[in-house]
Amino acid sequence: MNLAAHAPILAIVVPLLGAFALPLWAKLHKLLRDLWLVLVAAGTAALTVLVAVQVYTAGIQVYTLGAAWPRDAVAPGGFPIRIVLAVDALSAFMGLIAALVAVVGFVYAWRYLAEDEGKTLALTLGTLLWAGMLGMAFTGDLFNLFVFFEVTSIAACGLIGYRTWSSRGPEAAFKTMVMYTVGGLFVLLAIALLYGEYGALNLAHLARLIQGTTVDRIALGLLLGGLLMKAGAVPLHMWAPDAYGEAPAQAVILLVANTQISLYALFRVLFTLYGGLADPAIGWLVVALGTLTLLVAALMAVVQMDLGRLVAFGAVSQIGYMLLGVGVGLTVIAARPAYGLVAIQGGIFHMLNDAVAIGLLFLAVGAVEKAAGNRNLGNLGGLGHDLKWTAGFFLLGSLALAGIPPLNGFASKLMIYQSSFLLSPILSALAILASILLLAVFVKAFQGAFLGPKLSRPEPVPVPMLVAMGVLALGILALGLFPNLVVRYLVMPAADALWKGRDLYLRAVLGR
Amino acid sequence: MIGNTPFAVCMVLVLLGLWALLFRRNLIKIVIGIKLIENGVNLYLVATGYVRGGIVPIYTYAPPDATMVLPTPQALTLTSIVIGLATTALMLAFVVVIHRHKKTLDGCKVTELSG
Repeated sequence: MNLAAHAPILAIVVPLLGAFALPLWAKLHKLLRDLWLVLVAAGTAALTVLVAVQVYTAGIQVYTLGAAWPRDAVAPGGFPIRIVLAVDALSAFMGLIAALVAVVGFVYAWRYLAEDEGKTLALTLGTLLWAGMLGMAFTGDLFNLFVFFEVTSIAACGLIGYRTWSSRGPEAAFKTMVMYTVGGLFVLLAIALLYGEYGALNLAHLARLIQGTTVDRIALGLLLGGLLMKAGAVPLHMWAPDAYGEAPAQAVILLVANTQISLYALFRVLFTLYGGLADPAIGWLVVALGTLTLLVAALMAVVQMDLGRLVAFGAVSQIGYMLLGVGVGLTVIAARPAYGLVAIQGGIFHMLNDAVAIGLLFLAVGAVEKAAGNRNLGNLGGLGHDLKWTAGFFLLGSLALAGIPPLNGFASKLMIYQSSFLLSPILSALAILASILLLAVFVKAFQGAFLGPKLSRPEPVPVPMLVAMGVLALGILALGLFPNLVVRYLVMPAADALWKGRDLYLRAVLGR
Repeated sequence: MIGNTPFAVCMVLVLLGLWALLFRRNLIKIVIGIKLIENGVNLYLVATGYVRGGIVPIYTYAPPDATMVLPTPQALTLTSIVIGLATTALMLAFVVVIHRHKKTLDGCKVTELSG
């Protein structure tokens, strides 16, 4: 078997089957379960990296299920009918983010989750969520996008609500599930509309056929609504703070990566599927939603007293920056490709930076909750005396998220500020205002939780949790000190894949 | 001639479901609203595959020159129904847990998380 050719499907199959085998191993012995998880996680991460290396060196990878040869996406009738995976640079980039977040999350979960509080369940659902995210990133047709969308929905809501001994988790999970399911049904209705009109489900094939009729526009609206619900953009964000606040910390960082994968799906729809239409009004809509998201979420973060919800609103506001960056790109790219490309690069680079920085913050909040027993800023204080590493990581993460110069958040936010300034100075002023607000919020949170006189004697934070946070902290420093390298070798090809790479994508799948 | 009537009926179902979702406070009724939306979408999918005078798309049973209805939307609908079963089961499970803690299903009374 040619491993390289089959890597895209194996990267989805390995965690999917591995997840379902996990509880069986746990029945035998907990150590076997942990070994199996290490095996599955290492295998999936290695396969994702293999796919990414192939994509970045050799171009778009197409994999067709059930064909005589994986590259034969097109059936004898002259159009693709089978299940097709198409991995371009942006898909591979999202796969890498998912792999980083999942591996760090599992290292953290090793000592964070208690054995008698559903650890096996949480690890199983986490692996399933990972499989669903890879599926959403790699799929080449709309219906499988919906299927993997629902796989991530079910796994994510299971992770939010599995702690049924308290009522808060299930309540947050129910709210999230309602939003996710309605979003999924909007996406399905859009797929049905497009199928009824063109009789095709393959993204590339549909992109060739699409005319921009009224039905297409309704379908675009439904896709936008459904995917934004899952990405947690204002005004559809109400599930996000509840879910981030109530899920265990290692699950929250997976949920954040999941919102980014939904954004990826949205960008794929906007650029690849509807890229031929190039209507600036759609770009302006995305810009408006992005600005609204970053501003409203930053304002909501100011009034929070619960450390988890405070960081959660910070996470929602970062989605706004990504939408703003890519929305500005979508608006101006047809007229001024150079500026548009910088904006898209900023938005995509910010995904990686956000995954690292907000991930570090959520993990630090989880460590605080485990050590001090609660997360209320009114009761916390003086934790910095005992939890020196955690305090340092929280400070590093919050400075990176607020966009303070030598750290990674600054690198991507600067690209977004610059390009949105060219579209309208008001946009970049609002974006900077939201960053300043976030800085104030995080300074308040840091001061309230870690500084001041010692109030209690917290438990020490286990070493694996510190290691997981340390990896993300190193990531923040590396991305902040060498942004040029990352942008040139990882982000630029991913941004090119959206706009310039559209024809390449269509040709790679359709063969003409 | 029925024309576009099936599509219109599906959209009515979807709108009914959305109405239930927005204006009902009972958690079970919210789940029922979601099921209504889902059934509307599923019916819509099946309706797109309908061919006038078509027969079941099984090659071995069909006469040589028969027109068949499209099998793809039916396969999609089947997948969507299975997914819908999973989401509904999960949502109802959460409702049961919430009821166990709060002894009520009123959406306004069970809320602890807000702001």
